[in-house]
Amino acid sequence: MLKQISIFVENKPGRLSSVTKILSENKIDIKALSIADTKDFGILRLIVDNTDKAVDVLKKAGCTVTQTSVIGMSVEDRPGGLADIMSILYENGIGVEYMYAFVSKPDENTAFVILRVENNDKTTSVLEKNNIRLLSSIDVKNM
Amino acid sequence: MERYWDKSIECAPLHELRSLQSFRLSQTVRRVYENVPYYRQRMDEAGVKPEDIVSVKDLHKLPFTCKQDLRDTYPYGLFAVGMDKVVRLHASSGTTGKQIVVGYTKNDLNTWEECCARALTAFGCDNTDFMHVSYGYGLFTGGLGMHYGAEHVGMTVIPVSVGNTKRQITVIKDFGSTAICCTPSYALHLAETMEEMGLTKDDINLKVGVFGAEPWTEEMRTQIQDKLGIKAYDIYGLSEVIGPGVAYECSAQTGMHINEDNFIPEIIDPDTGEVLPDGVQGELVFTCITKEAFPLIRYRTRDIAVLKREKCSCGRTFIKMMKPAGRSDDMLIIRGVNVFPSQVESVLLSLGNTSPYYQLIVDRVNNSDTLEIQVEISPEMFSDTVRSIEDQESIIRAAVESTLGIAAKIKLVEPKSLQRFEGKAVHVIDKRKK
Repeated sequence: MLKQISIFVENKPGRLSSVTKILSENKIDIKALSIADTKDFGILRLIVDNTDKAVDVLKKAGCTVTQTSVIGMSVEDRPGGLADIMSILYENGIGVEYMYAFVSKPDENTAFVILRVENNDKTTSVLEKNNIRLLSSIDVKNM
Repeated sequence: MERYWDKSIECAPLHELRSLQSFRLSQTVRRVYENVPYYRQRMDEAGVKPEDIVSVKDLHKLPFTCKQDLRDTYPYGLFAVGMDKVVRLHASSGTTGKQIVVGYTKNDLNTWEECCARALTAFGCDNTDFMHVSYGYGLFTGGLGMHYGAEHVGMTVIPVSVGNTKRQITVIKDFGSTAICCTPSYALHLAETMEEMGLTKDDINLKVGVFGAEPWTEEMRTQIQDKLGIKAYDIYGLSEVIGPGVAYECSAQTGMHINEDNFIPEIIDPDTGEVLPDGVQGELVFTCITKEAFPLIRYRTRDIAVLKREKCSCGRTFIKMMKPAGRSDDMLIIRGVNVFPSQVESVLLSLGNTSPYYQLIVDRVNNSDTLEIQVEISPEMFSDTVRSIEDQESIIRAAVESTLGIAAKIKLVEPKSLQRFEGKAVHVIDKRKK
């Protein structure tokens, strides 16, 4: 399981710039990110190399931050790679709250997907049973 | 045990109080008629002579004084003594138009100190206490008013004034302040800053908070008390009348006792000017009956309040005023509905996990009023999913709508993005006025 940081970002110019600047100044490396946006605000979700430090510096800077456990998995980088996994989840009655993908090294033929589901334990065991490789926080750090 | 600064007057039998008021009123009316051309002219126009005013019952015969009258006579037109007798001036901030100047003689300052001393004693303060004054010093009456009131009680006064919140907290901690006076919104700001500094209520010695100068709610009182570990008391006043100390809470905290030996209150219908009976909400009107330099006659405060003459468990006989629902200046009319910003604050605080920082943005789009309420997001409300944040917004929207009776758009904003005012909080931006 991975720790994801979510940050409340109001929709106004300069907010993303200032949040990412805080991370940069504290030498925190962003491994994966996604933004959920609504009309008035966005939620910036990040997987970083040092979650605790990131949360600490963001809070000190006055950001509203929360941590969530998410599942990171590797997906074969080919047509149908993701569809296979989605059908496994569907067949097991697992609903996906949101997900986002990232590619670490283009030559490895593997993409990575971050999954946010209601029941992490159940999802983890379903995926493991189907031989899907899951990412640990150490994997992420070394990417 | 209830403590009094001056029990003989604070607990005086009603008939004694009435005859004292009547005497002082007739004297004051005579004095202003003789010394202030503006009052004489207004009374002549109304066909009232000083000899018509012999008792409190005659008060209603006198014409009202409005804020505009104070502006029209700016700066000294309503002063009832020569400037050689005036030892202090204060001014009230004019958010619209001219400011208003008020003056005090030596006796007026004594009266003011007495009023504040009664309040502070009712709050449980005595000469062993340290009073941290973080009202603004200067033309605003809050700072110097409480300062001299606290000194009069014999408290050790720490005149910090406004600004530099971190330093204020260090002073509170190191000097061992046991009482503080400031605006309620600043008290919350202090609590918030303490948290940032890694301090809790256990690190400070405060036990009493004296809050006024802006409307606040019971919910805000609870928050302040919890966060600072104090008992929070309400004090009421306005520069035109004297400053802080016009009315004050007692241990019962069921309204504020008005210093009736100095100020006669009335409640009127703001539209017709008709005097309303006790218990009915309306506009609060004061007549100053001891002031020498600036004795206002039937001054319309524009504060909305209720008066109640009832036996109070504290033993005081002074009439009580229930917290103003808001200043009628603050009242917004949105799509024909009266809205007080304090109602919104009440709703937010009653929900438990919302922050008390908010701002109302009123606008007019296609000839229809719109209300947007910006609320700072609290850590408890935040989550990684849009859905659950939007659920929170709906809860606020529904609660606001059921309290105000009109729909509002709720917009969550980042923490500390709404301005913190160290003086009075500004909760409304009305773009319709442009």
